[in-house]
Amino acid sequence: MSKVKFGIIVFPGSNCDHDAYNVLKNVLKQDTKFLWHKDSTIGDRDVIIVPGGFSYGDYLRCGAIARFSNIMKDVVRFASDGGIVIGICNGFQIVCEAGLLPGALIRNANLKFVCRNVTLNIENKKTIFTSSFNGGVNKDKITIPIAHADGNYICSIEIYKNLFENNQILFRYEDNPNGSFESIAGIINKKGNVMGMMPHPERASEDLVGGHDGRHIFESVINSMN
Amino acid sequence: MYKAKIKVTLRKSILDPQGKAVEHSIQSLGYKNVKDTRIGKFIELEIDSNSEVEAKKIIDEVCNKLLANPIMEDYEFEITSLTGTGK
Repeated sequence: MSKVKFGIIVFPGSNCDHDAYNVLKNVLKQDTKFLWHKDSTIGDRDVIIVPGGFSYGDYLRCGAIARFSNIMKDVVRFASDGGIVIGICNGFQIVCEAGLLPGALIRNANLKFVCRNVTLNIENKKTIFTSSFNGGVNKDKITIPIAHADGNYICSIEIYKNLFENNQILFRYEDNPNGSFESIAGIINKKGNVMGMMPHPERASEDLVGGHDGRHIFESVINSMN
Repeated sequence: MYKAKIKVTLRKSILDPQGKAVEHSIQSLGYKNVKDTRIGKFIELEIDSNSEVEAKKIIDEVCNKLLANPIMEDYEFEITSLTGTGK
């Protein structure tokens, strides 16, 4: 199997960039590079990770300023051309702000920063992000951590209908921790090449840290590229 | 030169948990008749332009592109001339 070229974007305030790097480089042995937010191109990368954290201090709105950073122009171009983009936590907020995914993420309904493991129901296993759960691992639920204060997913009823009818809802919380509409934890775009999720698969990819359910998401992507 | 005072608030259809929490706090002070508390952002900025029409157009663009997310927020603004008539 050839190595997939992953690019992890680093904004001022990103703090899950190294977790993602560790999983992709050291656990899954892929060709992995950091990309600085001031870079103007993603270069030869096959898959882009927009990581979690507090880009630009969450000023104005989570993800609102990162979305206008230099490299995001090329990420939007890349995604429009069908390139694979994964937004995790703050990365999910950024790709929503950038218009790559519908909807938005607002303050948790209980106003609390919630940091704990959650169980997710896998709603669609026929995507490049979840195919490993269909056969290889054969799971309907996974347990991975969340760590956010603004993970409350909202969208209009019309958008929700579209998401539902096109099978764009990837993950739902079994026990909704933040007030997300219809317990949505992760979605894909209509073309199926952009995924955003609030929970952190990169923090649950080794048994050493308490579980490896998250790793199968990255493995699905690697398998789809080979 | 114009000065703009911009208010950004969560859309009416969206529950504002911060507003709710603050309202509970206000009511616990004894002000039981206080209702519909909403939290928003207040932004002030100046626009170096001689045309009120252009200044308003710039504010609309900046609000739609950056200061407010139309999916979840509404904005409104007031504009005043800092250079006399502004004409």
